[in-house]
Amino acid sequence: MKITRRQKEILIKNTFFLFAIISLLILFLIVLFLFREGLPIFKEVTLWDFLFGDEWYPTYQPPSYGIWPLIVGSLIVTFLSSLIAVPIGVMSAVYISEIAPAALKEVLKSVIELLAGLPSVVLGFFGMVVLAPWLQETFDLPTGLNIVNASLILALMAVPTISSISEDALYAVPKEFKEASYALGATKYETIVRVIIPSAFSGITTSVILGMARAIGETMVVLMVAGGAAAIPESLFDSVRPMPASIAAEMGEAPFGSGHYHALFATGIVLFFMTLIFNLIADYVSHKFREEGSGTL
Amino acid sequence: MHPIKLLFLGLLVLLVTVQTSLAASAIVVKGSTTVLPIVQAEAEAYMKSHPGVNISLSAGGSGDGIKALIDKSADIANSSRELKVEEINLAGKRAIRPVLHPIAMDAIVPIVNPKNRVKNLTVDQLSQIYQGRIRNWQEVGGDNLAIVVVSRDSSSGTFESWGNLVLHGAKVTPRAQMQASSGAIVQVISKNKYAIGYIGIGYLNRSVKPLTVNGVPATTQTAVSRQYPVSRPLYMVTNREPKAEVAGFVKFVLGKEGQRIVEKTGFVPLKKN
Repeated sequence: MKITRRQKEILIKNTFFLFAIISLLILFLIVLFLFREGLPIFKEVTLWDFLFGDEWYPTYQPPSYGIWPLIVGSLIVTFLSSLIAVPIGVMSAVYISEIAPAALKEVLKSVIELLAGLPSVVLGFFGMVVLAPWLQETFDLPTGLNIVNASLILALMAVPTISSISEDALYAVPKEFKEASYALGATKYETIVRVIIPSAFSGITTSVILGMARAIGETMVVLMVAGGAAAIPESLFDSVRPMPASIAAEMGEAPFGSGHYHALFATGIVLFFMTLIFNLIADYVSHKFREEGSGTL
Repeated sequence: MHPIKLLFLGLLVLLVTVQTSLAASAIVVKGSTTVLPIVQAEAEAYMKSHPGVNISLSAGGSGDGIKALIDKSADIANSSRELKVEEINLAGKRAIRPVLHPIAMDAIVPIVNPKNRVKNLTVDQLSQIYQGRIRNWQEVGGDNLAIVVVSRDSSSGTFESWGNLVLHGAKVTPRAQMQASSGAIVQVISKNKYAIGYIGIGYLNRSVKPLTVNGVPATTQTAVSRQYPVSRPLYMVTNREPKAEVAGFVKFVLGKEGQRIVEKTGFVPLKKN
């Protein structure tokens, strides 16, 4: 049988379409499952009490399913870790793409990529046995498993994401922009701050938001080093229990089909919406502040 | 229960039903999650040495197990408590005579950092600490340091036992830290002089200091004699004296090898080998 060029084209096109559809279908099924398992909790508790209730006692009689302390825990470690990771990530990207000599550039790039490859359980263990006792001794704290510890480790995980995407964005700034800036008599510093960074702004912002999304969904690290207290923290050295830690610790033993089980899935839904919002913001920003023309990333 | 475990159990049940039709004998065991790890290890060892016997095991709590025994849908009920009066009455109506076989002791030990000066706490003090009412070691005879309460995640059997034996159902303070395993608790306590935690007696090692409770040290002897307050017997319950395969399994659990398995899973054997 002879296949015409046209038939071949159609075949290839459809094959790729099939693969694209498969990933979409899988995502759809996951979301469907998440909602099917999570929504039944709202027969026992209202949405308001679930989101803003400040007591999480899922195994007591009667149970309380308030995840507000968990939401606060997630947001605070994410926010603090971005505060640490954004300057380091962005500035290292600027240094690598604009300032570093070629040889050093390659070394730095591979070191940062190596950092991205470290398994989270290794980082978590480091936080638990090295960073926690150090924090406790240095600041004379009751516990080293706290917000600061979790944020530092999460920052370490977010830096590679932020740095590598920012670097791509900076690299994509057209040479003409730089040359024009130098031709006008600007110094290297002025060129970086006034021309290159603004041109790469949308890419940098995207990197920051993706770094934050990475931090909010990270499970192992927060399970190991955040301490796990389901209470609203009063200081940065208090323990918290971010949502992924709660799900990971409790799901294994929650009786199938119980209120606790559904509550954990519903927590997953909340987490899903949070990462979705981060991604939507990233998408919006990268379109809105896109440099048109030769500067388009 | 974990969906994967459930799937696994489902397959196991399927396997058992299939094999039953092939004239092999099956024992159905249901009940307490605390007792589950023991009986799981026992069942694996027993099935290995007795090919042809199949043990199907599921855990949904002591109450579930006893209900299943009364319904005759289980041959053995695992229970971390004695029967309630209502259960005995219900069993009587269905002509079921439950017989309790103590198989092990569950002893939970409060632990602190070796640097902590406190050596003993009463059950009441422990309860107050875990409810967040006592917040400084000074209040119980220690140094002027804040108490960091470390607890297991609320789904664990150890958490449940601790809640029953020490807190008598009162809520653990939300400020309590949560660790997902007994090993992690030991790790945290060994590094933190402010902290207090609790573990099954089998997890004790030299990096942490066990406290005496009401002046009684937790040992195999004090747990078995029930002098040590944070301990309780764990049971397998059968309808009348067990017969045939069920009797064989119960005997195995209470025997030398069975009791060694009890010790291996972190509980206190009733007889010292």
